[in-house]
Amino acid sequence: MSYAIGIDVGSTTMKTVVLDSNGKIIEKSYQRHLSRVREVTAEHIKSLAHILDGQMLKVSVTGSAGLGVADIAELSFVQEVFAAAGAVNKELPETDVVIELGGEDAKIIFLRGTLEERMNGSCAGGTGAFIDQMATLMNVTVDELDELYPGHKRIYPIASRCGVFAKSDIQSLLNQGAKKEDIAASIFQAVVDQTIGGLAQGRAIKGNVLFLGGPLAFFKGLQSRFIETLELTEETAVFPELGPYFMALGSAFKAQQLPNDATVSFADLVEKLSRTQEAEAIKAVGQPLFANQNDFENFRNRHASVTVAETDIASYTGAAFLGIDAGSTTTKVVLIGEDDSILYRHYSPNGGNPLPIIREQIQEIYRLCGSRVHISAGAVTGYGEELIHAAFGLDFGIVETIAHYTAARHFNEKVDFIIDIGGQDIKCFHIKDGMVDSVVLNEACSSGCGSFVETFATSLGYSVSEFSAIAMQSKNPVDLGSRCTVFMNSSFKQAQKDGATIEDISAGLALSVVKNALYKVIRVRNADELGKNIVVQGGTFLNDAVLRCFETELGRDVIRLPISELMGGYGAALYAKHNASDKSNLISPENLEAFTHKSKATICNACANKCCLTINTFADGGRFISGNKCERGAGGKQNTEHPNLVAYKYDYVLNFPTYGTGRLKVGLPLVMNMYETIPFWSTFFSSLGCDVVLSEPSTRELYMKGQHTISSDTICYPAKMGHGHIESLLEKGVDAIFYPCMTYNIDEGISDNCYNCPVVAYYPEVLAANIAGLNKIKYIHLHIGFQNKKKFIERIADALKGVLPALRMKEIKTATDRAYEAYEAYSRHVAEQGQHALYYAKTNNLPVIVLGCRPYHIDPEINHGIDKLLCSMGFVVLTEDAVSHLVPKQNLGVLNQWTYHARLYNAAKFVTMNPNMEMVQLVSFGCGIDAITTDEVSEILRNSGKLYTQIKIDEIKNLAAAKIRLRSLEAVMHVTSSRSNKKEQPKVLVRSES
Amino acid sequence: MANESHKLPIVNFTPEMKETHTLLVPMMLPIHFELIEGIIRQEGYKTELLRTNHKEIAEEGLRNVHNDTCYPALLIIGQFIDALKSGKYDLDKVAVFLTQTGGGCRASNYLSLLRKALHKNGFGHVPVASFNISAPTGAGGVYLRKRTLVKIVFSLMYGDILMRLHNQCIPYELERGSSQKVVDTWVAKLLEQMRGAKFTQTKANCKAILADFAAIQRDTSRTKMKVGIVGEIYIKYSPLGNNGLEQYLVDQGAEVINSGMLEFAMYRLHSMIHECKLYGGSLKRRIILRTIMNYFEKKQRELITIIKNSGVFDAPTEFIHTMNMCKGYLDFGVKMGEGWLLTAEMLELIHIGINNIVAVQPFGCLPNHIVAKGMSRKIKDNFPSANIVTIDYDPGASVINQENRLRLMLANAN
Repeated sequence: MSYAIGIDVGSTTMKTVVLDSNGKIIEKSYQRHLSRVREVTAEHIKSLAHILDGQMLKVSVTGSAGLGVADIAELSFVQEVFAAAGAVNKELPETDVVIELGGEDAKIIFLRGTLEERMNGSCAGGTGAFIDQMATLMNVTVDELDELYPGHKRIYPIASRCGVFAKSDIQSLLNQGAKKEDIAASIFQAVVDQTIGGLAQGRAIKGNVLFLGGPLAFFKGLQSRFIETLELTEETAVFPELGPYFMALGSAFKAQQLPNDATVSFADLVEKLSRTQEAEAIKAVGQPLFANQNDFENFRNRHASVTVAETDIASYTGAAFLGIDAGSTTTKVVLIGEDDSILYRHYSPNGGNPLPIIREQIQEIYRLCGSRVHISAGAVTGYGEELIHAAFGLDFGIVETIAHYTAARHFNEKVDFIIDIGGQDIKCFHIKDGMVDSVVLNEACSSGCGSFVETFATSLGYSVSEFSAIAMQSKNPVDLGSRCTVFMNSSFKQAQKDGATIEDISAGLALSVVKNALYKVIRVRNADELGKNIVVQGGTFLNDAVLRCFETELGRDVIRLPISELMGGYGAALYAKHNASDKSNLISPENLEAFTHKSKATICNACANKCCLTINTFADGGRFISGNKCERGAGGKQNTEHPNLVAYKYDYVLNFPTYGTGRLKVGLPLVMNMYETIPFWSTFFSSLGCDVVLSEPSTRELYMKGQHTISSDTICYPAKMGHGHIESLLEKGVDAIFYPCMTYNIDEGISDNCYNCPVVAYYPEVLAANIAGLNKIKYIHLHIGFQNKKKFIERIADALKGVLPALRMKEIKTATDRAYEAYEAYSRHVAEQGQHALYYAKTNNLPVIVLGCRPYHIDPEINHGIDKLLCSMGFVVLTEDAVSHLVPKQNLGVLNQWTYHARLYNAAKFVTMNPNMEMVQLVSFGCGIDAITTDEVSEILRNSGKLYTQIKIDEIKNLAAAKIRLRSLEAVMHVTSSRSNKKEQPKVLVRSES
Repeated sequence: MANESHKLPIVNFTPEMKETHTLLVPMMLPIHFELIEGIIRQEGYKTELLRTNHKEIAEEGLRNVHNDTCYPALLIIGQFIDALKSGKYDLDKVAVFLTQTGGGCRASNYLSLLRKALHKNGFGHVPVASFNISAPTGAGGVYLRKRTLVKIVFSLMYGDILMRLHNQCIPYELERGSSQKVVDTWVAKLLEQMRGAKFTQTKANCKAILADFAAIQRDTSRTKMKVGIVGEIYIKYSPLGNNGLEQYLVDQGAEVINSGMLEFAMYRLHSMIHECKLYGGSLKRRIILRTIMNYFEKKQRELITIIKNSGVFDAPTEFIHTMNMCKGYLDFGVKMGEGWLLTAEMLELIHIGINNIVAVQPFGCLPNHIVAKGMSRKIKDNFPSANIVTIDYDPGASVINQENRLRLMLANAN
């Protein structure tokens, strides 16, 4: 008889189980392998000599990083989900569902009924590594995070689909001062939602649920969230002691079944595993960072020659100017003198709460200043700008782009491109004619910033600076890809599997950050597109490996200042200096001493947006409300009602009159193209005597109702929302739901064809196939088009035959005529309303934003209130369809064959023909067609000297990134209009402060 | 970027270029494209099928195409730019070949994306050739005489049968490479026939092809799990796009079942016919389409009978049968991308007892959200033994992740 060994090499940990000849577990282990996959495995087996030596052994390997080990050592390999299922069947056969969370994988196995095993796709967070990252973000250990959990009072919605989204949600909660306990609970809930939404995909998780894997064994908070959400009991939720070892165990069971000729001796096994240590790293693509020592010296000297003047504050007398950059993960404070030299500087992580640090820093500055130095003005920028502005009475709050530009141009007048890679975000923008142009920020799918390198460094047991220094030694940087964090994690696994060295992995990460920034975020094709004078900044560029990779990849030298990470703060200080008035409002030393801060979370009920508000109260009774999208939430009145076409359209559809006579209750879901065709269908069915019922307006809750039936986790949010709307109609007890498939849209004469996108066209089919409730009622989702009226009547009559008995052809014809009229009336009203808005803007001299979007983007849950935000900034808001008919069909470089997209091109053209008007394009995450339209719209606008502003929207409600863009846009529009009014060139770009 | 003229000048492939320019043709299906390339060559064009398959292609694509554009576009354009940069070609005497596709999918924009990319890399003067159906003197690219068109249609049929039999032999062949040898011989033989007029002898050819494959020494006692591949057309066929999926499955001890191009062509035809039914269309158009369809159906039946009668290999299913499989799942109006055909193919595979299915698509492929992922659950509910794995491909996806999921599917194979 022989012993059986199961080895499970996961993405972050290695687990082993040894079974004796009776199948009893005689040894088990769990350890982090810190990427040294092969060494750790071999060492561990060697350490088991006392029990294994002299035995005959059967070995089986499993796990995502186990394949490489198994291949080279010529050991049997078993897929991990399969291994887990085997162990569960043997150990806990009464189990119905297994949920297993690992370092970077999540799996679910349905054992009852149809056996089904699922793993997380390539776009999924919600795993152990995700919890690690979130803990790092909050500046606590994972254990502390778990300890925070019992103190929670409420749970915030955090986008659960992808770690990157969740991060920005948490970031904004942290910056708004939400309680850490609540955030901890929200993080665990996000993992639960991700598991249910992303993996279960419509299959109910019920019965006895077995929870496996490290995170589920260790985190009580996570356990509790799962039990509560799945409505389990102590009996039905099983957290076995062996939780983390199940796959190793399953692998050992598999080993037991190996044929006898697979048996090896202990010495053989050690030899086999040691052999793997010698295997060559194969996945090396890049070149070394430096060809030779000389190269390295040149690089070092060139950057060392760039300096910033500093003055000892103790020897300085006179006026000083304060700049604060309250960034997402770090706080930067800079004090400059009249000669722009730095008197004081500070940089520290803020652990999500910048207030105490800034208070301390201002106190320290007051102490250092004494009576010799007086602070004449202060400015704040960054994510926490509004909160800090309100709390400490700084004179100016400025948008980041302006702060960064002010700093960069101080060192190079001719700077034409600035890129800032911080802890959580990448910001970059061009400078044209002394103005910030084309702001680009990293979107949902393009993370890979500083905290990303930091998390990897920490997980491998290095500090960031050590990690960066190591990279400089790399001979062969590994290729980790250039997309979002989750993808990089997978490539990282691959590199580990292939046995890459730490030096090469570190350099590879630096290269990934750079490639991500260049090709994913900025989408650069060659260096000339960026400019001649490039300034790089942000903490991430202090990493020399990143700097080097950036220069090499671009083939161009760039400027990095020694205060790279402080540039935002320095820029804010310079801004304060340029704009200082007589007296600063900065909080006095006395008030600072007495400063306290409390925050309370609440929900605004003023409108359908239901913003999650955080109310901050300060010692002096001052309040600051964040999380609001409009003035009403902030306790103020709604701004003067500027025309807003988004609101107009939404209102039109929601309150569209119906006049049914009870013949049949027909439900119309508020989804996709239905937003535009409600006037048509509502009239049509009313005319036939049917009562028309619309689904409830979209909310997060409505979305959650349908979440479990979503079949594709990477499809756009507007489509996903459809599942909730169908549930809503089913709840309302309608007799039939009508949602037609429309391959073609109306031909508006502005495109070569009039397609809908595949998702708009065919989503009714997906709903039919995935929502069980639709089988119980009449669900009419015929394929139909508006183009050919005769055909329309023929098709609709056919479809309604079985639904409406005794339906006469004449009725249908009348209803059809009325419906076509209603649709035309709707289009006409939108156009007229557009004219009113344009006239209003002109007479009141207001700037206009044409929001380039899709009919379904008028849904406030989908646009997250961007239209209201624009209104509150003083813009008149138009939609693309309100102006697209005002210009003829565009002659484009691309195929112009989708009706909705053609409107965008026309609207962009219209914008180029009008002063004091800009376009903002809303793009839903996952919209494949917008990969085409964004390039095209941007070219139309830029060719006429207009700005292109794109806002990506998804489930996340956080508008921070959108705000930066819109405020930069606002600043530029302000300058442009004042230039054209005064016919002179202002020296410094100034944004009027209100 | 801002200084470029918005509408790029279109550099056409003129008839004179036939003599001077080398046409670079992207690779999708090895056997079919070799045949098609051969035919174009016989028309007097200089062609070269791009067989490059290195990492830099995707990198080039990333640099030149919007990263959210689908992966096939990224690869095809990356492959062209990579080739033009390689120094292998005289840039004044080279053209790239890409045909315009239609439909509501974003793939219809490949051509304009390619033009943009060429322009951006300083290859704006390189002509983009397509098929030209107007006149021998017309510009645009390879002039398709009626006769050439017929040859291409036949090459699709021949390609299908060669591919199908090759797939059925390769896991069992005793001498490695013997199946490929039969394919190579027949590609040469068929092209030789195409020079003359004999190529329409499908029956005789098929019988001979079958006999040659049957003669390959095979060990039929090997038990192999059968795995069907469905998906977005480029990713499904192109080893560059799917990281050598077929080879991987064969190495793992599977026999691969892949549907042919003829089925795809018939699906497109059927969609056009159905379109008339849904949205209207002239009677004449309908009759023409129906006639072509009937011809294809007849040809397919012929082939099926011959394969069945030989008694050695599995024959494809009649199109009309596959088509009817998706009733109750999707309407035939779903016609973008692979449309209802993809769902029907999954169901057809299950119907003939092949439960193991790999559904492949570029990351974020819009039609596949509907017809593959959107229908999987219903298929699994109705056929609990269905073992379907969906795999996304894109430049950032790691091979290990994809292989891990394939292994899970293989571990559950039945």
